[in-house]
Amino acid sequence: MIDEADLLGDGPPASPDLSHCTAATRNACKLCTPLGACLVFRGVRGALPFLHGSQGCSTYIRRYLISHFREPMDIAASNFSEDTAVFGGEKNLLAGMANVTRQYQPEMIGLATTCLSETIGEDMPALVQKCQQNIADLPPVVHVSTASYRGSHMDGFHDAVTALVSQLVTDALPHGAVNLLPGMVSTADLRHLRELAERFGLNVTMLPDYSDTLDGSTWADYEALPSGGTPVAAIRTMSGAQATLELGDSLRGNTKSAASLLETRFGVEKISLTLPVGIQATDEFIAELSRLSGRDIPADITAERGRLIDSMVDAHKIVFGKRAVVFGEADLVIGLTAFLCEIGVQPVLCVCGGKTNHFDVLLRSAVPELPGDTLIRNGADFADITHEARQLTPDLLIGNSKGYGLARELDIPLIRTGFPIHDRIGGQRVLHLGYRGAQALFDDLANTLLARKQQTSTIGYSYL
Amino acid sequence: MSHQAINILDDRSGQVLRNGQDPTAKIACDKPSAAGSVSQRACVFCGARVVLYPIADALHVVHGPIGCAAYTWDIRGAQSSGPQLHRNSFSTDLQEKDVIFGGEKKLTAALRELIAACRPKAAFVYSTCITGIIGDDVGAVCKTLAEETGIPVIPVESPGFSGTKKDGYRAACDALYQLVGTGSTEGISKHSINLLGEFNIAGETYMMKDYFKRLGIEVVSCITGDGRVDELRRCHGAKLNLVQCSGSMLHLAKRLETDYQIPFRRISFFGIEDTAAALYDAAGVFGDPEIEQRARNLVSLELARIQPELRRYRKILKGKKAAIYVGGAFKAFSLVRALRTLGMKTALVGSQTGNPQDYQQLKELCDPGTVIVDDSNPLELAKFCLEQDVDLFIGGVKERPIAYKLGIGFCDHNHERKEALAGFEGMVNFAKEVHASVMSPVWKFVPRRAKRLSTKKKEAA
Repeated sequence: MIDEADLLGDGPPASPDLSHCTAATRNACKLCTPLGACLVFRGVRGALPFLHGSQGCSTYIRRYLISHFREPMDIAASNFSEDTAVFGGEKNLLAGMANVTRQYQPEMIGLATTCLSETIGEDMPALVQKCQQNIADLPPVVHVSTASYRGSHMDGFHDAVTALVSQLVTDALPHGAVNLLPGMVSTADLRHLRELAERFGLNVTMLPDYSDTLDGSTWADYEALPSGGTPVAAIRTMSGAQATLELGDSLRGNTKSAASLLETRFGVEKISLTLPVGIQATDEFIAELSRLSGRDIPADITAERGRLIDSMVDAHKIVFGKRAVVFGEADLVIGLTAFLCEIGVQPVLCVCGGKTNHFDVLLRSAVPELPGDTLIRNGADFADITHEARQLTPDLLIGNSKGYGLARELDIPLIRTGFPIHDRIGGQRVLHLGYRGAQALFDDLANTLLARKQQTSTIGYSYL
Repeated sequence: MSHQAINILDDRSGQVLRNGQDPTAKIACDKPSAAGSVSQRACVFCGARVVLYPIADALHVVHGPIGCAAYTWDIRGAQSSGPQLHRNSFSTDLQEKDVIFGGEKKLTAALRELIAACRPKAAFVYSTCITGIIGDDVGAVCKTLAEETGIPVIPVESPGFSGTKKDGYRAACDALYQLVGTGSTEGISKHSINLLGEFNIAGETYMMKDYFKRLGIEVVSCITGDGRVDELRRCHGAKLNLVQCSGSMLHLAKRLETDYQIPFRRISFFGIEDTAAALYDAAGVFGDPEIEQRARNLVSLELARIQPELRRYRKILKGKKAAIYVGGAFKAFSLVRALRTLGMKTALVGSQTGNPQDYQQLKELCDPGTVIVDDSNPLELAKFCLEQDVDLFIGGVKERPIAYKLGIGFCDHNHERKEALAGFEGMVNFAKEVHASVMSPVWKFVPRRAKRLSTKKKEAA
């Protein structure tokens, strides 16, 4: 029962204490599974994402992805109606698949389920088969199960990568290329990863690769499906690669990940790495590229690393001892936390928005120098983060745009990383990875703190 | 694929019309979106959520998996002059076990805790696709909680698949209607109105309220811009309903007319013509010459204030062509007229949810050759933008990249915008924004335009 006294007064308080409202998720720090799957499918050349469910799912996900990437993001849907929900979605799926095949002429359709189609128990393999039998010119269809009541957008992302590998890859002759599974990173990250691999002369199949499809140039004429992405043919022959580099600690022990599947099914070596944020994780990544290519590290990469360390020395006192709250997707948070520890920033709270198995163990083993009193939260929302942050008196927040409200409340800066960044221009181009990404993050961090110092100073030095 | 090669789907051929070719032609509308058509529409939940969103002292809880709540967290430009509770996103975040065993317990606990912490004046509980399917009795949970907490706890019937966005508007109106008639109408002026379908995007409601204050007309409740539960409770005491976004609010206006004999007028505050007409219309209803005189004074004062600036923009923008694609058709009428004020032509116009009367009116309003579309999609919109060679696109966030990719200016006229575009000041803001986008020098670098420029240069040489 609620105390009568609580109901008196003039409406809601300015900032209600939500810490005891644990039954609800309050301002989620995660998105739903099909979003991750749609993003992956957008990273396959000529592929059209297709959601089996209500129209709203595709429209909301489109709008959300557009707000970050600022690029067209067409996602088809089978547009369930009341009848469909009762009698099943076969008719709508067939009609929808036929329509998109005709209108978009895709090279692949990435079919993801939604809560609705999962709950009514649609038999997706059977439905896909029906589509294949009935629709002339239907391209390959890869389907993935993405009920939003199972996991977060990260799970949808990884499951879609696994589905692509599981359903498209066939036996291939060894070709010496390297598979690179980057995880959910920015378009600038994707380009940089490819560039690094190519500097070692490695031929890479990066899956997914939305660096062009979601960060391309303006067009002379409309492109129904923007150019770029991993070719289906290249995915098919990932079995012939010499190794798979799978980035992100959350996939390390996952025996069902795409890299694990390539290893067990085709004997392609799985190499698990921390997302290369900061120096040590990038060192490990570069060392692997060197090992796989049999080449020494190119001088310009070493020079880039050298400049980064030089700048860290120049600015070490500016950042040292600052207290940071890091939030977002597990792998990026782990990478960022490692980097913060490298530069003397103290991560006081590390939050994974979705639920990642053993997040605390993964974080501590990836970042052994993490102070013992750092709070680690798994599956936390922004009410949790706010509640903790209010007591921790951090100096800055590091994460996506959804942390802006908290940054404003605490009057501290937010360093924007990850997804979504929809209150700044260029969110899709934030570079996090490699020495160059670390340099960009470091400069951003140090300069934000300097700017802060200027703003809060009564004197206003122009020379710091 | 070139835009000429883009096909209109057979299922949709009746939903596209070229104005003036056949005067008797009727556009097909009011139907579910073709499967696979990448409609710009959302779902029933979206319709209900957008209408109720601005009620700032109510608790809004989405009963479903996380997506529905996460995608609607603080994305709207609807402002509140007081409480900010509406800007939170609360969800029962249903998990697999809830789907199997039911989510009623979780919903009950969530509501109990949130109502205690947030002290809302009412709570809206939105059902989503799967709450409908798993058979949770949201109504029963709401009833229990209402009894327990003493505030109205109102179920919003909005499973995504149960119709179109329009059905969501209706669900929202029905939910609102549970509050109507529960408050005292004492002290309400005989010159009083409700503003329906005005959502206080970027503070527009404040501007409208100021106009009516100057006319001597009391605004009892704005539904739902800067909305408050107590105002909604007594809105049945107003003498007139002004309905702006008629697609969303006509249902409520009709119910208020039937049950409380409150007449309504469809009006719009977009563009100077429509704003002036709305003020005159409202003033005329009360049969008070003083109010009518005040309306005339207000309009002439405001026009005098903004006309010089508008004329400057008009000079520059004259002859430019625009595409309009918005949620409701009624806004499209205003935009066609507002563009005319700026000397611009509408070459493509459409809406997600227009009805046959709306499209008939659009046909009459638009020039011959204007393409009219219902429930369109990115491919069609791109095709017609290029065919009609427009300089500006007015739409929402989903349409923005279509325009930008093709080197077309863009003006956001959806609920996510942060610029006030209504009323007289809003018209200036609108002109400013259109001008800033259409006249930007960046377009000359965009391939489609660069090609044209170089052809022109060659011809000149």
